[in-house]
Amino acid sequence: MRNVLLPIATIWWREIIRFFRQRSRLFSAIAQPLVFWILIGSGLNASFQPAGVSGKSEYIEYFYPGIVVLVLLFTAIFATISVVNERREGFLQGVLVAPAPRWGIVLGQALGGTTLALLQGVLLLFIAPLTGIRFGLTSLLSTLGVMTLLAFGLTNLGLLIAWRMDSTQGFHAVMNLILIPIWLLSGAFFPSAGAPDWLAWVMKLNPLTYGVDAFRRSLYFDTVTTNGNMPTWTLSILVISLFCFLTYLGATLTASAETNKKHA
Amino acid sequence: MSVNRITVQNLTHTYGTRCALDNVSFTVSRGEIFCLLGPNGSGKTTLFKVLSTLMPPTSGSVNILGHNLSIGTKAIRKLLGVVFQHPGLDVKLTVTENLRHHGHLYGLKGKSLKLRIAELLERFGISDRSHDLVEKLSGGLQRRVEIAKAMLHSPQVLLLDEPSSGLDVGVRRQLSNHLISLAETENIIILLTTHLMDEAELCNRVGILDIGKMVALGTPDELKAQIGGDVVLIETTNGEVLRNAIAGHFEVLPILTENYLHVECERGHEFVRDVVAAFPDEIQTVRFGKPTLEDVFIKLTGNPFV
Repeated sequence: MRNVLLPIATIWWREIIRFFRQRSRLFSAIAQPLVFWILIGSGLNASFQPAGVSGKSEYIEYFYPGIVVLVLLFTAIFATISVVNERREGFLQGVLVAPAPRWGIVLGQALGGTTLALLQGVLLLFIAPLTGIRFGLTSLLSTLGVMTLLAFGLTNLGLLIAWRMDSTQGFHAVMNLILIPIWLLSGAFFPSAGAPDWLAWVMKLNPLTYGVDAFRRSLYFDTVTTNGNMPTWTLSILVISLFCFLTYLGATLTASAETNKKHA
Repeated sequence: MSVNRITVQNLTHTYGTRCALDNVSFTVSRGEIFCLLGPNGSGKTTLFKVLSTLMPPTSGSVNILGHNLSIGTKAIRKLLGVVFQHPGLDVKLTVTENLRHHGHLYGLKGKSLKLRIAELLERFGISDRSHDLVEKLSGGLQRRVEIAKAMLHSPQVLLLDEPSSGLDVGVRRQLSNHLISLAETENIIILLTTHLMDEAELCNRVGILDIGKMVALGTPDELKAQIGGDVVLIETTNGEVLRNAIAGHFEVLPILTENYLHVECERGHEFVRDVVAAFPDEIQTVRFGKPTLEDVFIKLTGNPFV
C-alpha cells in the first residue's frame, strides 16, 4: 500500500502544477459561469420567482449554488480532458507501463481534478455574501465537505468518459449532450417544483440533483431551514457519496479495460 | 526460461480478421542491441505494444528475463524502460520534474532519486538544462531526456519504438552511439524498432518484419551475405518488358518494384557495362553498390521497402 501512495501523490502533483502553468485554464473555467450568473441571474431576477421556495427569494441568489456547481463541473471536465490526448501521445503510455496499479493512477488523476475544482469553487464562495448568504462555521464546513464530494464525483465522471474517448471532439460532444443537461436538470437552474411531471421525474432520477440540493442546504445551514420540497439531507449525502463511489469504480474499471484490450 | 534473455515464441496477434503478427519467434540476450526492422504496417508497433505490456497478444508466449508476460506483468514492468514513438514527456514540466515524476512512479524517492537524476542528466549531457521546461528543448535534447527518463529506474530491458523518428542524421548517430555504450556498460537488453536502414546496421542483430512475419533474423553482415556479390538498381519506365529481356539476355533474375529492377550479380561493374550497352534506350539510371539491408528485404519479400 505504501508504495502506491507515492505514484498517487506524484500524479496528483502533476495535475496541480500543470494547471498553474496554464493560466488560461483558471480563467476559462471560472469566467464563463460567472458571466452566465450575472447575465442570466440579473436578467431573470425581476420576472422569475423560483417555485416552491419559501418567502421572497431572489433568482440571482437561487442561481448562485447552481453556478458554483457549474464551475466544479467545468473544472473537473477540463482537468480530465487531457487524458484523451495523453493516452494517444506518449505521456500517459509511460505511466501505464510503470508498475503502479490502474486504481492508483485513476485515484491520482481524480484527486488532482478534485483539488483544482475545489480551489475554484472556494474562490467563488467569496462572492456568496453579495447574494445575501451568511456563513457560520457549520455551514462553511459542510459546504466545503459537499463541494469536495461533488468535485470528486464529477472528476471521476469526466475520467470515466475520457478514458474511453479517442478524440477530444468526442469528449466535447458528450459534454454538450450529457453533462450540460445533467447540470440543467439538477435544480441548479430552476427548481423541480414548478416543472411538468415528466421533467420533475427526470430531475428526481438525476444524481446531481442531490448534490446541488446538499450544497444549497449546506450554504444556509446556519440561517434558515429550507422547505420540504427538496429531498432530505441524509438522502442527498447518501446519493452523492454513492455517485462518487460508482464513478470512481467506473473510471478505474474503464481505465483497466481500455489498457488491457486486444485492439488497443 | 533464462533470466538473461527475452524469448518470444510463436507470437501471433490479430485485429479482427487482420493478422498483425504471424507466428513470430526470436530471442535477445543481455548486452545485445536487437532491432526490429520493417516498413509501416509490418507489425513492429504491435510487437512493441505486446512487449511493453500494453496489449496482451492473441496467442504465443513471451518470456522476459524469466518472467512470463501473461502472468508476471507486474514484475516485468519493473524491469522495463520504455521509450515510445510519440513524445512521452510533459512539456509543461521541467526536465527534472519529468524525471522526478517518473522516479516516483517506480517507487524511487528522496536523496537516492535526486542523486540518480543528477547522474543521468550528467551522462546524457543535459545537466545545464535541468530546470528548463521541456517545451523549450530541441527535438534531439527531448529524445535524450526521454531515454534518461526510461533509464532512471535502472531497467534491465530498454524498449524503444522508432527512437530516431524526427531527428536529423547527426543527432541520430549520437543517439545510436549512446545506445551502444549503454548496452555494453550496463549489460542490459536493448530492443528497438526502426524503418531506417542505417540505424539497423548499427545493431548487433536485426529481425526483418514484413506483414507480420519475421522474414529474416541475423547480424547485419549475415543478412547481407545472403546476397551474392553486388546489387545493381536499374530505373526504367518499361519494367515488365525490360525485366524479361534482361532475364533472357543475362543469367540473372531481376526483381521489379515499381519503376526499379533490382539485380543481384557477382561482378556488378561488368554487368552495368553490358546491360547499358544492350538496352541503351530502356534504361534511365543505373546504380551499383554493395548490398544493403534494404536489398535483403526486397530479395526476401519481392516488395519495395516503404
